[in-house]
Parts: sequence; C-alpha cells; structure tokens
Amino acid sequence: MTISEPKPLEEVLASVAGEKRLFLIGCTDCATVVQVGGEPQLLEWKKILEENGHEVTGYLIGEPGCHLLGLRKQIRERQAEVEAADGFLIFSCGTGTQVAVQALPGKPVHPATNTLFLGSVQRFGQFQEFCSACGECIVDTTMGICPVTRCAKGLLNGPCGGTSAEGKCEVDPETDCAWKLIYDQLKAAGAIDRVKKTMKARDSRRKPGRRILAKGEAK
Amino acid sequence: MSLRPALQSGKFIITAEIGPPKGTNIGPAIHEAEEYYKGRVDGVNVTDIQAAAMRLGSMVSCHLLRDKGLEPIMQMVTRDRNRLALQSDLLSAWVLGIENVLCLTGDYPTLGDHPGAKPVFDLDSVQLLGVARGLNEGHDMMGNELDGKPDFCLGAVVTPGGNPVEMQIMKLEKKVESGAEFIQTQAVYDPDLFAEFMQKISHLKAPILAGIVLLKSAGMARYMNKNVAGVFVPEELIKRMAEAGAKDKEAKNAGLKADNQVNTSIEIAAELIRKLKPLCRGIHLMPLGWDKCVPPVLDAAGL
Repeated sequence: MTISEPKPLEEVLASVAGEKRLFLIGCTDCATVVQVGGEPQLLEWKKILEENGHEVTGYLIGEPGCHLLGLRKQIRERQAEVEAADGFLIFSCGTGTQVAVQALPGKPVHPATNTLFLGSVQRFGQFQEFCSACGECIVDTTMGICPVTRCAKGLLNGPCGGTSAEGKCEVDPETDCAWKLIYDQLKAAGAIDRVKKTMKARDSRRKPGRRILAKGEAK
Repeated sequence: MSLRPALQSGKFIITAEIGPPKGTNIGPAIHEAEEYYKGRVDGVNVTDIQAAAMRLGSMVSCHLLRDKGLEPIMQMVTRDRNRLALQSDLLSAWVLGIENVLCLTGDYPTLGDHPGAKPVFDLDSVQLLGVARGLNEGHDMMGNELDGKPDFCLGAVVTPGGNPVEMQIMKLEKKVESGAEFIQTQAVYDPDLFAEFMQKISHLKAPILAGIVLLKSAGMARYMNKNVAGVFVPEELIKRMAEAGAKDKEAKNAGLKADNQVNTSIEIAAELIRKLKPLCRGIHLMPLGWDKCVPPVLDAAGL
C-alpha cells in the first residue's frame, strides 16, 4: 500500500491560488485506507476550499487513481464538471498525481498529499514501511526481514555498532534494529549460519527510478 | 616503522586518534599530533567527518601527518561516497603516501549537523574492505585491471559490548575474511567483559587493539552509558570522576587551579591499559581533544 499524508493547508491553498474553479480527484484504494483521499476527506476539502474563495466544480474517486484507462473513463463521465475547472487537486499518491496529468493533458494538476513510503497497515491509522522496492529481494537470507529497508543504513552484512541494549536503532530509539530482529528469528530457527556468507554490494541498476514493466518483461 | 611491519613484529601496538577541525585551520591538530604522538604511537587515526558533523577531510590531514613523519591511518566511512568515489579516493590516498585505511560504515547523517544530507551507504564496511583488498590485488570492484596498484594495510572496528554480541562477532569474522589486518574496538571500560569477548573471538587471528576513550567528567561517563550503544562505564569509575570534579570545583571556588579530573582520567586510562595489555595486541587511544594527556597516560601505563 502507498502511504501518503495530507500537505499542509497553506501549501495547498498557495498552489491553487491562481485557479478559482477546482475539480478534486481521490482514490478508492490506498488513499481511502490511509484516509487522505477517500470520499470523506474530499468532502472536507471541498468545504475548506469553498471557505477560502474557491468553487469546486465536482470530484471523483479514482478506481483506483493510478489506473490510467479507468481514470480516463471516469473523467469522460464527468466531462462538464471537468471542463468547467481551471485546475485539479489530486488526493491520491505521487503516482496518482502523474496519472492524472496523463489523463488531463495540458491542465494544471496539483498534489494535495506527500507520498511517504510503501507500507503495511499495522492497525487503524498506523502504517509501517517494510519494502523499498529495490528490485533485488534478499529476505530469503534474512529470515523474511528486509535490512535494505528496515536498517537505516541498509546494511547487508550485519548490524553497525549502534544497536542499543534494548535492541533499538541509534538513528531512532523508537525503531527496532533490523539486525536484532533478524538475529532473533535466526536464533529461534537455529539458522545463524544463513547470514555468515558475505553479501555482495547491491546493483543500483535494478532501481533506476523510471521503469516501465510491460507484460512478460520481468527482467 | 610503518604500521604493517609493526603489527607483524609482535610488539604491543599503540594508536591514537585526532579529529580534523571544522574549517581550514589544520595547523594546531598537526602540531599537537607532532608534539604528543610522535615517537610514542605506531599510528595516528584521522576521523572521516566524525559524528556526521561536516569538517576538514581525513585524506589531506593524513597526508600532512605523513609529511611530519607520523604514520597516518585514514578512516573511511561509506556514508558519504558511492563505490566510484570510495575507490577513487583510495587510489588518491595511496598516491599521497597514505598506507593504512580503517574501513567503517559511519554515523547516520541525522545524528550530525547536516541532518537533511542524502545518506549514501552504497557499500557497507565489509564490502569496502573487500573492495580495498581488490585494489591491493590490482583490480577495481568490477574486475578491471589497474595501472599501478596500492598496498594498503586495512583495518576495521568492532563493538565488544554490542547487542547481540553474536552478530558483532559474525560481522567481525566477515571483516577479517574480507581483508582486515587489524581491529580497533569501541571504548572498553570493563576488563572482565573484554576478556570474555576476547575469549569468544580467539579463533580470529587479526590483532585486536582495545579502544580507550579518556573520561572527561562523571557527566560524560553517564551520558555515554545512556546514549552510546555498546559502551558501559562501571559506577566505580564514575564515582572517582565525580569526586575529582567536586575537588576541582572546590579549588575553583577558592580561586585556585586544580587538575583533579584530568589526573584521575589519566590514572583510570593507565589502569585500564595495564589490565587490558595481557588480553590483546594493543590499544587505540581516543582522547577526544585531550591529546596532551596521551604521553602521561602512556607513561603511567608503563608504555
């Protein structure tokens, strides 16, 4: 799931200052669960924007907001409201914002959220980052716990010297040391030998930041 | 004598650390190293943007130390440079006459004075050791042949009080396998715990130099116990520093000058060294600015 947070009100208002009429786009998936871009949040924002002198021509909740063809179809169904707008505010993630740009060519599109990480829902309103989509999964060696993401330094060959007596990370005393978690799992499974082999440096080509994966092209 | 032959000679090794200044005023640091370390230590470590607080670089400081006849140990962390820059800087260091490199991961940027810096960590300390050994063998990390190769004496670090210690030892084994020829440890204050640790790594042949951080006050000791992972100052030492601090305060109030804290710090360090000497191959002194205390510590320790 993509975890996002709302941008501060002042920042959003400043970004749409030149556009009187706005159309809002949310998302039925991640942004709804994370409660930044579901219907309740869009209705709340509609009210705030109106109180600040804007007119909201309409809104839609993308199903989901990152699905280009679906979003285009939803936009066509709301053509009059969309065409009446001077600009668009997007309440899903960074991907949703850029898919909206594709679906609304030539129109000003503004993000209303900051996208934070790929995460799990631990409980209501609590999310945790486990995977950074590095393209080279190694958690088979590390008992299913990812040191690339969950160790601050992404260390592959064991912990640094900064693990506290309580097993927390020196960077953030609230966060578990990934290598302490890995160690506990290894010990319980009697499998310490698994991490004794030196792991090679990762290949950053797997994470170029501009990937397009077509069907059957998983390499 | 260069560090490698000194390590191989079997003698008790002494290294000490300096930190470059925040700015270009390197003169005093070099002068102090010359005055207090020359002829007393086998190597001088120079930290690499220590504690992630931006400052003058290790490489140029090492080069200047060498010009003054000291044996520099360049510390190199993987926090700030990717594999291209690390390898290039290693080659540059060799050309400048630097023969010893201590490979570390480095403190995380948010702990320093530029908390928004991009953390690099393209390699970890184990991988950096392997890459540096590859350069010694005449090839870069990708196997490309070098036109002229270094012959670094490589070092690494370990935290004997790390939690869990099994993981510290597992990583230390990898460091030795990857080319570490000497090991400097995080600060040690409890010789009994250190003896236990040495027992656990008796299968490793690399010389271990026990870390000695000079205590400056009882407050500093308590701060380290609370905030520095793997460091434990026993209550008895804290009490001695507190008593010395109280005496200094009394003297100050009476308009007198007193050095009870400095003297007690020197005493404690010397006692520790005497107790650690039979357990390991050397010591690594980290005076944290009290460089002038290094000669009296060594004198008091009989070194």
